[in-house]
Amino acid sequence: MTRKPVLEHPTLAVIKKAFPDAGLKATEFREMTTVVIPREKIHEVARYLHDSPDCDYDFLADVVGIDYMGYPVEQPGRFAVSYVLASGKHGLRITLKTYVDPSVDTSGIDFDPELEVDSITDIWPGAEWPEREVYDMFGIRFKNHPDLRRILLWRDFPAHPLRKDYPLRGRGEREHYQTLNRESR
Amino acid sequence: MGIEAALPHDSIMTTQFNRVVNWARRSSVWPLPFATACCGIELMATACSRFDLARFGAEVMRFSPRQADLLIVAGRIGIKSLPVLQRIYMQMAEPKWVISMGACASTGGVFDTYAVVQGVDQFIPVDVYVPGCPPRPEMLIEGIMAIQRIIDNDNIPKDQDGKRLPLNIAVQPNFEPSAQPVDVSIGAT
Ligand code: SF4
Repeated sequence: MTRKPVLEHPTLAVIKKAFPDAGLKATEFREMTTVVIPREKIHEVARYLHDSPDCDYDFLADVVGIDYMGYPVEQPGRFAVSYVLASGKHGLRITLKTYVDPSVDTSGIDFDPELEVDSITDIWPGAEWPEREVYDMFGIRFKNHPDLRRILLWRDFPAHPLRKDYPLRGRGEREHYQTLNRESR
Repeated sequence: MGIEAALPHDSIMTTQFNRVVNWARRSSVWPLPFATACCGIELMATACSRFDLARFGAEVMRFSPRQADLLIVAGRIGIKSLPVLQRIYMQMAEPKWVISMGACASTGGVFDTYAVVQGVDQFIPVDVYVPGCPPRPEMLIEGIMAIQRIIDNDNIPKDQDGKRLPLNIAVQPNFEPSAQPVDVSIGAT
């Protein structure tokens, strides 16, 4: 049985009016509404959602990365970044999502201009650490982030481990380390 | 009451010097709790009054490696915390011993992922492994008793061929399991 999405989130009408040609799409699942936004527009829309009194999304709950490799349903891109927003004034939640597609081999840590999204740390300063985590785990970089370093793994880790093409047991990172014996000083 | 109670008060005992030293060492093993996960909770319980690690002279938890003799690795070690563990091991003064407590510290446990070390014994020397997830405090106490036995013997006792002898401290079960399966006796007498 397929169920049609119920798109009655009050914010949808507002941003549709404010961004008529931005190519926004929307999905809904169990009363949680997601707005799919092209990568170039994400900062602009987020700024509007934060500043406009009709929206007033003053709280950023989380920023997460998603890897859709091997996902059962066709998706517009390999990776996605999701921003979960909440508005205390209107009592609303909304999720923003943008899809990115890699242009270089995803097994390494090379810079990929396609995997770069505008940082929203200037709108919600709390985005700083979640964005670092997305960068650490998925290799999606954030433009204009004040301090884009890995947050959980160490600086020289040779991969982005939450990518689905990274093996669960790693590529030997956990075995290759100096060994101490009883004579070590 | 020690042996002095059985002796006349003006008598003299002779013994070997290293026996006295080992006696002192094994009666005051000061552990450094390197507790990174849930096993650490059981380690704390071991030190509390119900199990009372003080009976074994090991109640003085030292958070400075310079003052500790026994490193208790309790919990999973990520590859990021492994260098810290190794540094702490190096900072401990000789003589020193290491207990690897729990499935995670000994083998990685269920955390078979890129970030977790699959057994700290790959990277630091380990004297005693305490199995369990988490081990009961009795298990840890038994591990400390094994360390005490190792100290007493100036290392793990070996036979003439250099083969390790068992420490013979495993607590034997004090019950006999009954034979199974039994006949279903519902309704019958
Ligand atoms: S062995 Fe079990 S109790 Fe101990 S750290 Fe691992 S998961 Fe936790």
